[in-house]
Amino acid sequence: MALLETRDLTAFYGNFQALFGINLTLSEGETLAIIGANGAGKSSLLRTISGVLKSPAESILLEGMPIGHLDADEITSLGIAMIPEGRRLFPSLSVEENLEIGAYGNKQAGYWNLNNVYDLFPALTKKRNQPGTSLSGGEQQMVAMGRALMSNPRVLLCDEISLGLAPVVIKNLYEAFPEIKNSGASLIIVEQDIVQAMKVSDRVCCMMEGNITLSGTPDELSMDMIHAAYFGEEQS
Amino acid sequence: MIFLDSLIQGILLGGLYALFAAGLSLVFGIMRLVNLAHGDLIVFGAYLILLLVSLLNLNVFAAALVAAPFMFALGWMLQKFVLNRVLGDDILPPLLVTFGLSIVIQNVLLETWSADSKRLSAGTLETASLAIGPINVGIMPLLIFVSAIVVILVLNQIIYRTSLGRAFRATSDDPVTASLMGVKPKNIFSVATGLAMIVVIIAALYLGVRSNFDPSIGPARLIYAFEAVIIGGLGSLWGTLLGGIIIGVAQTIGATINPEWQILSGHIAFLLVLLVRPRGLLPRAFD
Amino acid sequence: MSYVVKVQTSASRMAAIGTAILIPVAFILPLFASRSLLQDLFFIFTMLTLAQWWNLLAGYGGLVSVGQQAFVGMGAYAMFGTVILLGWDPVPSILAGGIVALLLALPTAFFAFRLQGAYFAIGTWVIAEITRLTVAQWKQLGGGTGTSLPRSATRDIMFVDGIKALFDTKTSVARDILAYWLALILVILTIAAIYWLLRTRRGLALAAVRDNLQAARSVGVDPDKIKWLTFLAAAFGTGLTGALIYMQKARISPDAAFSVVDWTAYVIFIVVIGGIGTIEGPILGVIVFLLLQSLLASYGTWYLISLGLIGIIVMLFAPRGLWGLLSDRTGIELFPVQRRLVMNKKLSKEK
Repeated sequence: MALLETRDLTAFYGNFQALFGINLTLSEGETLAIIGANGAGKSSLLRTISGVLKSPAESILLEGMPIGHLDADEITSLGIAMIPEGRRLFPSLSVEENLEIGAYGNKQAGYWNLNNVYDLFPALTKKRNQPGTSLSGGEQQMVAMGRALMSNPRVLLCDEISLGLAPVVIKNLYEAFPEIKNSGASLIIVEQDIVQAMKVSDRVCCMMEGNITLSGTPDELSMDMIHAAYFGEEQS
Repeated sequence: MIFLDSLIQGILLGGLYALFAAGLSLVFGIMRLVNLAHGDLIVFGAYLILLLVSLLNLNVFAAALVAAPFMFALGWMLQKFVLNRVLGDDILPPLLVTFGLSIVIQNVLLETWSADSKRLSAGTLETASLAIGPINVGIMPLLIFVSAIVVILVLNQIIYRTSLGRAFRATSDDPVTASLMGVKPKNIFSVATGLAMIVVIIAALYLGVRSNFDPSIGPARLIYAFEAVIIGGLGSLWGTLLGGIIIGVAQTIGATINPEWQILSGHIAFLLVLLVRPRGLLPRAFD
Repeated sequence: MSYVVKVQTSASRMAAIGTAILIPVAFILPLFASRSLLQDLFFIFTMLTLAQWWNLLAGYGGLVSVGQQAFVGMGAYAMFGTVILLGWDPVPSILAGGIVALLLALPTAFFAFRLQGAYFAIGTWVIAEITRLTVAQWKQLGGGTGTSLPRSATRDIMFVDGIKALFDTKTSVARDILAYWLALILVILTIAAIYWLLRTRRGLALAAVRDNLQAARSVGVDPDKIKWLTFLAAAFGTGLTGALIYMQKARISPDAAFSVVDWTAYVIFIVVIGGIGTIEGPILGVIVFLLLQSLLASYGTWYLISLGLIGIIVMLFAPRGLWGLLSDRTGIELFPVQRRLVMNKKLSKEK
């Protein structure tokens, strides 16, 4: 049985439909990259899985259990954590408090605790008592990643880790992924930076206008095919 | 000498106003909700203590202790069943609901207790005083001031040193992201209002011991509390204490000049601060 | 295919015809109506005027003031002041009441607009309290205990002699008829002015400011200017009404004239129960209010308890009030301000 599955998943912002029947599966230990242009529905997909956007119960299944109707906090407690787009650290919490609150809803034991997060991102150790929002963009992203890891998630949703960061910083952040995968988490990575995403993922899905237009392993997919799926052009 | 005396009386009175304001400040800080019934809830608390004193034959302090869990439950339910349903981007519904609540509480109290003014009796403590140099300071006003400091210390411990407090601050910053951490913002709101009601019962105890009260005085307490919060700067409980002291001192000094100017002087001090420092004296750095 | 922007609905055309008949009837009503009916209608008209102004502030402008009693009280006291101290006739003094309330609104807005969102509400309340306490120091107008209009002033109010002759009645009845007519004119002008305002570009801007400040700014609306204008207009209208109410009462005290229950709580309940953010809502609300009052007023506190509870229940379960419920079911709009795109049938047929 798949760890996480979406069945004909739709999402709406008011009257605006963002997703048109997404069918996805994520196996235990797998890393799935979702790529696509701006407005393709990638973030809406993660927001729906994480419970920020509501969907019918049966359209999202965690080990076969319907969870689409649950609130975001309930979904987090079931072991699905999210690194939100734009990092969204809490400005009134210090770095360490930002990490600690990551474990608020899910208190089950696992590999990740404060020490192991600091080992993963040594740059944070010295700044543990500073306000999270006083850090550089890359460091803030480290806090956001560590915060999500603190709940020892079975599924980790990563929304645009590279957003607004310099290439060298992005490379640095992606170097943490092997260790994250080793800790047992399965990942869905939404990313604009196709190269980084393909490097760490087992499978790639391309989205356009709220639909999945292409999927396969990174080896199967040529750049041309991705371009076609990205921009909706028919290749001659 | 009269001036020094009113200064000290005013500072001590500020402690009472800070107690009025702490609950209001806590709730506003976490959920941006202004509870227009806050003053009436304080008056309600004073009547509750009065009731417990006569029913259980307790002294006022013990009665307040008995009332505290009840007040927590009341605040929790008020938030869960009423206020959570109207909280949102639009500020109008929560304001109007709490305004309606204010009118309901006042008139229920009027119906059950009549308009006669009542007082809580703290026995010999009320008249005891302490000579500090040439100034005689009442034990009761001193106890109120110390209580205000203790309440603020405890609240700050909760807010800055506990996991619940982290959840308070995270929810205040960004409820959606907080829910991604497994925090249930609506539960946090209910707990916060419950906690505010415990502060309300402490404020109610001292309101009733210090002066007479009747069902109509709630809105004025709300206004003093509000002025203290704004003078202090949103989000800072020590600022709120400072705000309370400024109102208290302005009132007692105004009253020494002309007794009719007591209340007016407090309001004018508020306007002056609002004019010079619209964000208050000790505003939070971010927001 | 082409579209035209329409505001009118068929119900609104009916309403316009109804109004055209009702207004003249209302003006000649004193010919047949009893004195107590006229007094009830005076109460309805003045409360409705206050409700319409508060609704413009809170329902359309998002400015939730709980300090409108400041302008009722100030308007009333200014009216008493010009009569007692300057020896004016009470009728022009009403206008003075409106103007003084408008002047009071300048510093009020200056301070209250420094407070964001919900704190604006208590800010207006504080200023109303300050005004009440200050007016209570005004010894020439009776200080804290208040005063009455002097008999010399009430004996020969403008128009009263004419009305006496016309209706062949006593001075006291003629005074009630005058007050009734003034209240009728005031409520008609108020509704007409607000309706007109909401249908102009400025009214659109007002809704834009309430719904989305940033978006309003980006399309060139100056939100501060709109907020100021709305607040000042509401203060003027509220002040006029306060002056008129106290001309009729002929006796004033700070506690009564600046009563938060009488001039703000009741008004809020009228608007909320009737339906906030609509012109029809307060009209329906004031009728419900009067019915409740005649049923429960003798129970005093119970009356206020039920009003408060009804207000809370409406906010929880029908936030758009009775009119909202009615309008959702039937789609009727008597005072449409929404612009609707309608297909132009003539043109589309030609195609």
